[in-house]
Amino acid sequence: MSHFILQRTFIMVLTMLVLSFVVFYLGNLEPNLRKLALEQNNNRMSQADVDSWLEKNGYRRSFIVRYGEWTAGVLSGDFGYSTRFRMPVNEALPKRLGYTGILAFWVLMTMVPSALLIGILSGMREGSALDRFLSLFSVTTTATPEYVSGILFTVIFASLLGWFKGVANVKDITFENFTLPVMTMSIYGMGYIARMTRASMSEVMTSQYIRTAHLKGLPFKTVVLKHALRNALIAPFTVILLQFPWLLTGVVIVEKLFNYKGFGWTLVEAAENNDVDMLLACSLVSVLVVIGTQLISDVGYAYLNPRIRVES
Amino acid sequence: MDTVSIWELWGGVAVRFWPVWLAMLITYLLMRMYRKRLGVFGHLLDSAVGITGLMIVLFWLFTALFADIVSTFEPLEQFFRYRKKPPGIVEAESMIPMYFGSDNLGRDLFSRMVHGSRFVLMIAPAATLVAFVVGITLGLPAGYKGGRVDAILSFIANLILSFPVIVLFYLLVTPGIRETALPNVMAGVFFMFPIIFSLTVLRSRFSERPGLLFPWSVIILILGGWLYSGVVFNSDPLGLISMDPNELNIFAAVVFASSPGVFRIVRGLTMDIKTRDYVAAAQTRGETPWYIMLWEILPNARGPLIVDACLRIGYTTILLGTLGFFGLGLAPESPDWGSMINQTRGLIRLVPTIVLPQTIALASFVLGLNLLADGLREESLKD
Amino acid sequence: MREPILEINNLSVSFFTRHGEIPAVMDFSMTVHAGEAMGLVGESGCGKSTVALAIMRYLGGNGRITEGSIRFRGREMTEMTGAELRELRGSQISMIYQEPMASLNPAMRVGLQLMEVPLSHEYISIEEAKQRSLEMLEAVRLPDPERIFQSYPHQISGGQQQRIVIAMALLSQPTLLLLDEPTTALDVTVEAGIVELVRDLGREFGTSMLFVSHNLGLILETCDRITVMYSGEAVESGQIKNVFRKMLHPYTQGLLRSIPLPGTDKTAQPLIPIPGQLPLPHERPQGCNFGPRCNHFQSGKCNVKKIPMISVNDSEHFSRCLRVSEIDWNAVPESSVQAEKMEMGNTILAVHNLSKHYDVSANALFASSKSGTVKANENISFEAKKGEIVAIVGESGCGKSTLAKILLGLEEASQGNAEFEGVDLAYSPVERRSVKTVAHLQIVFQNPFDTLNPSHTIGNQIMRALEKFGVGQSPDNRREQMLELLDLVKLPREFERRIPRQLSGGQKQRVGIARAFAGKPSLVVADEPVSALDVSVQAAITELLTDIQLKEKTTLLFISHDLSMVRYLADRVIVMYLGRIVEQGSADEIFSPPYHPYTEALLSAVPIADPDIVKEHIILEGDIPSALNPPSGCPFHTRCHRKIEGLCDYEIPPLKHLSSGHDISCHLADEDLNSMAPVFRSGKKAAA
Repeated sequence: MSHFILQRTFIMVLTMLVLSFVVFYLGNLEPNLRKLALEQNNNRMSQADVDSWLEKNGYRRSFIVRYGEWTAGVLSGDFGYSTRFRMPVNEALPKRLGYTGILAFWVLMTMVPSALLIGILSGMREGSALDRFLSLFSVTTTATPEYVSGILFTVIFASLLGWFKGVANVKDITFENFTLPVMTMSIYGMGYIARMTRASMSEVMTSQYIRTAHLKGLPFKTVVLKHALRNALIAPFTVILLQFPWLLTGVVIVEKLFNYKGFGWTLVEAAENNDVDMLLACSLVSVLVVIGTQLISDVGYAYLNPRIRVES
Repeated sequence: MDTVSIWELWGGVAVRFWPVWLAMLITYLLMRMYRKRLGVFGHLLDSAVGITGLMIVLFWLFTALFADIVSTFEPLEQFFRYRKKPPGIVEAESMIPMYFGSDNLGRDLFSRMVHGSRFVLMIAPAATLVAFVVGITLGLPAGYKGGRVDAILSFIANLILSFPVIVLFYLLVTPGIRETALPNVMAGVFFMFPIIFSLTVLRSRFSERPGLLFPWSVIILILGGWLYSGVVFNSDPLGLISMDPNELNIFAAVVFASSPGVFRIVRGLTMDIKTRDYVAAAQTRGETPWYIMLWEILPNARGPLIVDACLRIGYTTILLGTLGFFGLGLAPESPDWGSMINQTRGLIRLVPTIVLPQTIALASFVLGLNLLADGLREESLKD
Repeated sequence: MREPILEINNLSVSFFTRHGEIPAVMDFSMTVHAGEAMGLVGESGCGKSTVALAIMRYLGGNGRITEGSIRFRGREMTEMTGAELRELRGSQISMIYQEPMASLNPAMRVGLQLMEVPLSHEYISIEEAKQRSLEMLEAVRLPDPERIFQSYPHQISGGQQQRIVIAMALLSQPTLLLLDEPTTALDVTVEAGIVELVRDLGREFGTSMLFVSHNLGLILETCDRITVMYSGEAVESGQIKNVFRKMLHPYTQGLLRSIPLPGTDKTAQPLIPIPGQLPLPHERPQGCNFGPRCNHFQSGKCNVKKIPMISVNDSEHFSRCLRVSEIDWNAVPESSVQAEKMEMGNTILAVHNLSKHYDVSANALFASSKSGTVKANENISFEAKKGEIVAIVGESGCGKSTLAKILLGLEEASQGNAEFEGVDLAYSPVERRSVKTVAHLQIVFQNPFDTLNPSHTIGNQIMRALEKFGVGQSPDNRREQMLELLDLVKLPREFERRIPRQLSGGQKQRVGIARAFAGKPSLVVADEPVSALDVSVQAAITELLTDIQLKEKTTLLFISHDLSMVRYLADRVIVMYLGRIVEQGSADEIFSPPYHPYTEALLSAVPIADPDIVKEHIILEGDIPSALNPPSGCPFHTRCHRKIEGLCDYEIPPLKHLSSGHDISCHLADEDLNSMAPVFRSGKKAAA
């Protein structure tokens, strides 16, 4: 097991290294540097001014040297300086991450249970009217991206009905202004998990050991709860965790849509203003989330499924 | 200013779409006539879900095709007197109603929505196709040979997949990037794959028959090279093929983002199919690995791949919308659905209906693709 | 007479699909009395499993009983409510299934799955349920019940899993036990143990049994009465001895004649295949379902109207044949041409000390910390002559498939060599072999549903093989040759344009044979070529294979676990166990004493469909050990009934040359070997 985790950690570090290098390279392309210079000085500059500003701020030194400096900084815990927020990344990012954490928590709390419930109910009796209805619901939600559903919800619930607010504030989270972002995100992810759960559940329900359970004379309820459920949840478990990276993109869209100043919003700001250090930090965070969830999903999968134990 | 009633509005819209209805009807009748020969697509007619999905997709396909006939105004034409108007307002000069109202610059939303389908239906399927060729060309050897080839390719695929899509697009699809050679290099690499792929397909099958192999290879090289020079370098000697640098940039980025997904699914399918006896039979016949991958394994992976292609075109549509939503890559006045959503979403408070045509268009197209994929999957599992 | 336990009258079951109603069982009647074992025999698709599931009233979403009645101890089951059924299932009627692994919940400990049965049917405490389960585990002769109780299904072997399924079925002491092909997925020596267990437990608890199987021999050994099914109908039923002594339906007779019996071989008593194939449910003929395949078919009589079950000699013997009194049932059928004995040529394949070891490790990019070695083949030596049929016999994990892979160039050997037409095959992967070598060494695969690529037409697949083997100069010429190959395997030429999905299993296997023989091979490996086929089709494919082999003077390496078939076909036999050859010799030498103890047990385990043969009764203990962790000394010592303590478990036995070509690898002394009794004896003097 420890060997396995070690191997995964190695892959994660390697991924981070390669990705940060790519981001660093792209962020330091000439047009992007010029954009940065213009943005930092808030006005029109001549080409000569841009060159001298870049020279003065050390952007003209060797690319490899500066990447080395950045890596060394990261290893000692210093993620550099955010040009967009005009403060060290170490100060700007953590609190934004915290805000997104709250959002993500509520999204998961609403999305996962409802998705599993929908999936199990429709997979339990494949082809029934309930199954048809729930499947249509799931497919509709997966086909509606956040920037569509978010806008539709805002039109319906904020503009027409006036139940909720169309803007969310990180400083003052209330039921009124937090419902729409959470709803938007969880509904988009829900359909996919529900479909996976349904597929898994209906496969389990036609398996031979479910027939064995029926023919032991167990009532339908016992068959579903005791025999089908645990086997049916193995596959969606992985899906849920692998949903996290997707959630990240969702976070970016929803935070921009509802002007919620968390991690996603920060990422967009950093990208729009070519804030390379912040962008790098954001990329590292997302790689950590993606590969971390993969690791948890593999370990958890082995735990749920006694047939596959991770090689020790 | 006049407005038309709700009946006139929807009636008018329905009539405007007449070429689309006609084309859909003809397609449906043709499918009924030849259902026996269509394989799984013929079975689609038995599935309510599948036929619904197919009809929605066909609706947008024909809308894109007949956009000039269906639309009432030019998509970029601005009427300054009719800014941010609700649906059904009648433009006084031409006496034509603006069925879905107008946007902040006084452009007809109905016509823009209709024309917006062109962008999606041009880029999304083509980008998915190229992504499939890339994913298949790399996924087959990864799944078939395993070992080091697989480890390296899988690492690269996971690398790209663990990158947040938004960051990727912010880095790859900006005006600044277009000044560098990067989009052309990426497109250059990606468009090599279809040519390499077709040549390998030929070579593996006809290596014993040079009389067939050489003429076909030459034809592919000439055709492929012509398309390649036109699309990637915008230097088609005949001047027929060209691609807008904006679109080439988006195209390359979308292919880059979706090929790892295809790679993974192809790899998985290959690992499954290669354990079959008919693969062993081919090996004992002394077939080359590429023959086995392309002619023994790939044809049997087509079912899941067709389903995945439908889903992936939908996903690419969503991605293109995301690009528009963030105002990336496209010309600001472009009538694509994503950009339209981005431009109008600030005006919800004033005119709530202003965002509806483009959002519903996008969602319905993706829904249609999803339903089609579901129908195909269900029908292919039945036999 | 006492009321029967189970009484089925005129039962009809249909499945409703989008193609309409598909009748699976029609007009089926059967009774099972207390303590009696009823055998239900038929080929795949005949509806025998549907009958078993209909008794349980478990037919899935689209199956329905359309007619007739099922009475269990006098109660009408077709009218029972869900709750009444639940009460019966698992307590009064229980079932044992074909795939033990799939029948057990993979995520639940064995013990919990067992305890569920009494807990849901009786009001007992958890402690008591546990006690009962442990006792039952002991009763099904599982070693270390406590450990098994705590295990997950995947942690125990297939034979043990089936014992658990049996324990589960017997926990509530049911009145009726349904067994649906309970041993088909198991090795033959394991099967023998399970069969004995079921028979003993049935006797002990007085349980009535319905034994569903395609294996006539198995039914003969386990049951009191038999019902034979064909295409959804019962065609013959009666006391088992009566039916086997005097079959009164052409199908039953055909079925028995298409399986090899001990003591017969291809020259003495060739198999007689049933022509044609099972009709699809919606293509059943008018009148007798078996009519189109029957030698006694009489137009105007057999194809007119539905045929009822007819009582014969007013005994309990029934037959669904209108001509039952007209046919001379003892007539020996005009058999196909008797195969002549072939003259052997020179040695064509010489395998010497061949070994194959696999290193087991996890990851390719990063070296794993853990690794082990599997010895799939160890010191294999044998020879095959031109025109000879050499059989390699052994159960799963004996390394017979690995050997085939090495010869075909799909794997490389670790040691030794294998000479074939002047080439050493041991270290030459197929891509480095010359076209000639590849064409001259081909294989027929086991699973007909997997050997043909579903995406290409039959014609193209054969033509591709011809092209790869360098046969024919032009596509037109190759097409001509392909059509001739179709003729050779007795398939109509129209099949050229068919895709595999449109072919039956037997037809697919014919295409597989055509493809293997496309390059005029001198050696063909046949890897269990008929084991996945229905009994009546097996004979036809076997006949075809030997015909072509004889015509082309091909050497056949016949890999099989079916000793009857091996006895029937082979000139030489090689018996393998856990990667080693334990015995080899001519067919006569192998099938008569002295035996290697494993060969002896293997022979004894084969179910024999002949009531006049008495069999030596040897049951091996336990299951086949894992190749990853083989026993020390003689690999067979853990299960051997003739084990010498202190010797067999330490030392690998030496090879004894008993006569020229007959080798045994065993520690037993010569006098012990020579005093062995034959496994098969004739019960009554065979009628001349």
